[in-house]
Amino acid sequence: MSSLHCFFNSSIGRKWIVSITGLALIGFITVHLLGNLSIFLGPDAVNGYAANLHHLGKLLWIARLGLIAAAVLHIYFTMLLWRENRQAHPQKYAVKQTLETTLYARTMRLSGLVVFGFVLFHLAQFTWEWVNPESKEWMDAAGRHDVYRMLVSGFSNPWVAGFYLLSVGFLALHLSHGIASLFQTLGLTSEKLRPRFECAGKIVAWTFFLGYASIPVSVFLKLLSN
Amino acid sequence: MIELDPKIPTGPLEKKWQHFKEHAKLVNPANKRKFRVIVVGSGLAGASAAATLAEQGYNVDCFCFQDSPRRAHSIAAQGGINAAKNYQNDGDSVWRLFYDTLKGGDFRAREANVHRLAEVSRNIIDQCVAQGVPFAREYGGQLANRSFGGAQVSRTFYARGQTGQQLLLGAYASLSHQIKSGRVKMHTHSEMLDLVVVDGHAKGIIVRNLLTGELTRHAADTVMLATGGYSNLYYLSTNARGCNTTAIWRAYKRGALFANPCYTQIHPTCIPVAGDFQSKLTLMSESLRNDGRVWVPKKKGDQRAPQDIPEEERDYYLERKYPAYGNLAPRDISSRSAKEVCDEGRGVGPGGLGVYLDFKDAIARLGKKGVEERYGNLFEMYENITGENAYERPMRIFPALHYTMGGLWVDYHLMSNLPGLYVLGEANFSDHGANRLGASALMQGLADGYFIVPYTLGEYLSTQFGNKVTTDSPEFEEAEAAVRGRMNRLLEVRGTVSSEQFHRELGTLLWEKCGMARSRESLLEALTEIPKIRERFWNEVGVPGTGSSFNQALEAAGRVADFFELGELLCRDALTREESCGGHFRVEYQLPDGEALRNDDQFNCVHAWQYQGEGKEPTLIKEPLNYEFVHPATRNYKH
Amino acid sequence: MNFHLRIWRQDHEKVKGFFEEIEAVNIPADASFLEMLDMVNNRLIEKQKVPVAFESDCREGICGTCSMVINGIPQGPGRGAACQVYMRSFCDGETITVEPYRAASFPIIKDLVTNRKAYDRIVQAGGFISEHTGGAPDASATLIGKHEADRAMDAAACIGCGACAAACPNSSAMLFVGAKVTHLALLPQGQPERKERALNMVRAMDEEGFGNCSNYYACEAVCPANISASVIATLNREYVAAACRSVAE
Repeated sequence: MSSLHCFFNSSIGRKWIVSITGLALIGFITVHLLGNLSIFLGPDAVNGYAANLHHLGKLLWIARLGLIAAAVLHIYFTMLLWRENRQAHPQKYAVKQTLETTLYARTMRLSGLVVFGFVLFHLAQFTWEWVNPESKEWMDAAGRHDVYRMLVSGFSNPWVAGFYLLSVGFLALHLSHGIASLFQTLGLTSEKLRPRFECAGKIVAWTFFLGYASIPVSVFLKLLSN
Repeated sequence: MIELDPKIPTGPLEKKWQHFKEHAKLVNPANKRKFRVIVVGSGLAGASAAATLAEQGYNVDCFCFQDSPRRAHSIAAQGGINAAKNYQNDGDSVWRLFYDTLKGGDFRAREANVHRLAEVSRNIIDQCVAQGVPFAREYGGQLANRSFGGAQVSRTFYARGQTGQQLLLGAYASLSHQIKSGRVKMHTHSEMLDLVVVDGHAKGIIVRNLLTGELTRHAADTVMLATGGYSNLYYLSTNARGCNTTAIWRAYKRGALFANPCYTQIHPTCIPVAGDFQSKLTLMSESLRNDGRVWVPKKKGDQRAPQDIPEEERDYYLERKYPAYGNLAPRDISSRSAKEVCDEGRGVGPGGLGVYLDFKDAIARLGKKGVEERYGNLFEMYENITGENAYERPMRIFPALHYTMGGLWVDYHLMSNLPGLYVLGEANFSDHGANRLGASALMQGLADGYFIVPYTLGEYLSTQFGNKVTTDSPEFEEAEAAVRGRMNRLLEVRGTVSSEQFHRELGTLLWEKCGMARSRESLLEALTEIPKIRERFWNEVGVPGTGSSFNQALEAAGRVADFFELGELLCRDALTREESCGGHFRVEYQLPDGEALRNDDQFNCVHAWQYQGEGKEPTLIKEPLNYEFVHPATRNYKH
Repeated sequence: MNFHLRIWRQDHEKVKGFFEEIEAVNIPADASFLEMLDMVNNRLIEKQKVPVAFESDCREGICGTCSMVINGIPQGPGRGAACQVYMRSFCDGETITVEPYRAASFPIIKDLVTNRKAYDRIVQAGGFISEHTGGAPDASATLIGKHEADRAMDAAACIGCGACAAACPNSSAMLFVGAKVTHLALLPQGQPERKERALNMVRAMDEEGFGNCSNYYACEAVCPANISASVIATLNREYVAAACRSVAE
């Protein structure tokens, strides 16, 4: 077996892939959040941002493919590890003890699945625009796709907004364990650093939540409106 | 009657080992591959011997009754390992370590053996450091040392309070390396139940696989026993529950001599007994005596809490009686002094069986943090067991059975009188005389395994070309049948009393009659009582289950049965040795101030016992101890 | 004190096990958990019943032979091994559930006894320094700073009891392997084989069928030797560095 093959077949190698892809996905949600927050600068800013993104052309597709690859690898290897873990621990204890394991850590698969389901819906709504096909036609004064109007009208639906909030909540749960965990898996922690990473990880995770949640909440509070 | 030849090389003391090594017969590398060595036991002595012999090229079969070689009881040694390195520049030397060990043993060991031990002590530290044993270090990176009982220099190397663990894991790592290389075949969960002697030579063993109950025969060119001591004879001891005498007892019954069984060591610093349910005693490292001060109230039956007893009403009896060594007096002396003050009614804690070990002054001197740094884990352990915080109130300690200096007789080559049978570590009798100094057991175990037997084995094996035996020989047949017979006998009693209860009864009897202080009367009583308990054992013991499966009750019963027989031999030996020396204290033989009274004219010798058959008295064979280089003085730790 | 015990009974690996209800009566509060089991076994022998099989040896928390799970906690509640659990920490009349380790790599031998030889095989794969007896230089030749020596000792304190893998919901042995790799990687003597050690021990660990670390830290919570999960980070780092180098070479 080649060294590379060995690495990707090893438990640590696979976990390493999950961490690296996780890191890439965190990178994406950071950029995505910063872009989205431009909505608070008004329709012109967010529509301009969207248009600029689309002008990237090939580059955008490379980023998208990278992102898809990261997501697929992240999920595939997680599932592989999960299957091995179940085989390694086939019988549970009669008395259940959580033994230090946090709620975040225990719900990683659930939170991951909810986030994945949400991403599909989110794409359907705002990228493929299947939920409100007429929004494809909305243009702003400068002739750009009116993303602002699409977002505001999308989040005006309480069901959509509620699902969105719930999902970014799960995302925060996922990241509350995931961020600190990825530093541990990459071997960047120490006894002294680990509690700090854990604390920082949770802060970052819930900062993401606040950032993403601010948009539907603002729509609900009529701070953002058409 | 056999003549015992200790095979001590001639020449000046400090040249003997060197001379031996230079002239010992060797087995060439190609021939080493043709020899098979059985090592029973995987503690410091067994694991180090197995690993080193495999490294040299021999085929080794190593056996242990535990589930892994790393579990052997060497792992529990806390305090440290002595070596005459003189890193502290406090005047230590090979001679001093030799003399301290000999004197600590009350001049009842062979000069040549002890000198060799002191010589190789230095190599052991080098070897262990190379293996990655994380010994304590100074800030500058040098190895740290601490002082220990019976010495006036700091020569003890340590790894926190887990020195035995780290040394054993070092040996275990080397053993694991050799297992991987295929030169050692490790047999875990395998208990040796008999020795096979062919034409007078030890050539194999009968082993029970504890998981399946299967009996197997193993033939080899030589058999090494590194199966530890027999402190568990007393039921309550600091030994692990599994420690037993079965391997060496079987060898004794096959003709190997048992030497000095009455030399038992009582460790002065153990956690006192809390009740009759207790299954073992926990030792607190003797290193605690470096900083702790031992005292009892001056008044009899003083029920006040220790902190309420003013300084002038405390008796720091070790400091008072032994000003030069104070709290660091040797183990036997410290233990007996504790017994004395308790006998006077000044003991503390439940039943008045305890003395205080006080760290108040140490905490004042070093700060709580300083004490924690040195002994943190021991304080934690103490609190866990007793529920008391030793930073706030003094520890209570009491002596407990800890080590047995006696064991199978061996010559300078570590070979018993049975050719081909080597005995290493605590299982042999050789180096500690009548009392062992602290931090010397680890030293001896590793010396035997790493540095002595690998050199002496060639002397025997070079005479064994062409003497192969096979496991279908009648001797193996007979030994296996004997083992099976004994097992079936235990299973067929079908009584209702667990062997543990008999064991406890035997232990209590021995502790009272043949413990820290022995007398002719008490020993004679023990000798009449033991057979009675043994008879009840054989009529009432309950061993549920079968012999052909995992059966812990059967394992325990077999070991207890052997303890009964050894108990008798021990009392007989104690009765015969009409003197007090080291761990053997006969109340009839003491100085007016209560110190041990040795009788060098009559007893400056090794008592080796030869088995004569079931129901017959064993024969006593004496090996005189010739002191050519030192003059046995009365031990004096007062000045 | 009196206790109601639910103890796992299983004759051997191939048969189904079950919980047996056993009453433990008149138990002194100062008895250890294992002494309580001794008393229970003595009473079973009185009734000519087969006693409960459980392993223990040193009974002072250092040999690592203990392997039971008390109320869902490998090696029992509190710090230290199962032999250091005292009955005074339970309530009178309490129901106590005692099970063996549950992990595919630790098959059950009988009742509470499991086979932990997988750990030995992992050590055999590389948890050593290849060094020849007799050839060692003077111990003081290599200086090792107190800080490094202390950290190495922290990791070397592992007692190999298997509680880490037993507590892990994935039955991962990373804490055990991490402790050994960290101990030897910190010392100068461990450097020559550092890379191979990490690669070989991890390969052996995977082959034994242990699960993967999800950074739950249950291992650290139960470890009787207080091994920190930072050894897992070290193992991750050591392994990836070793793998990168072996890919590059």
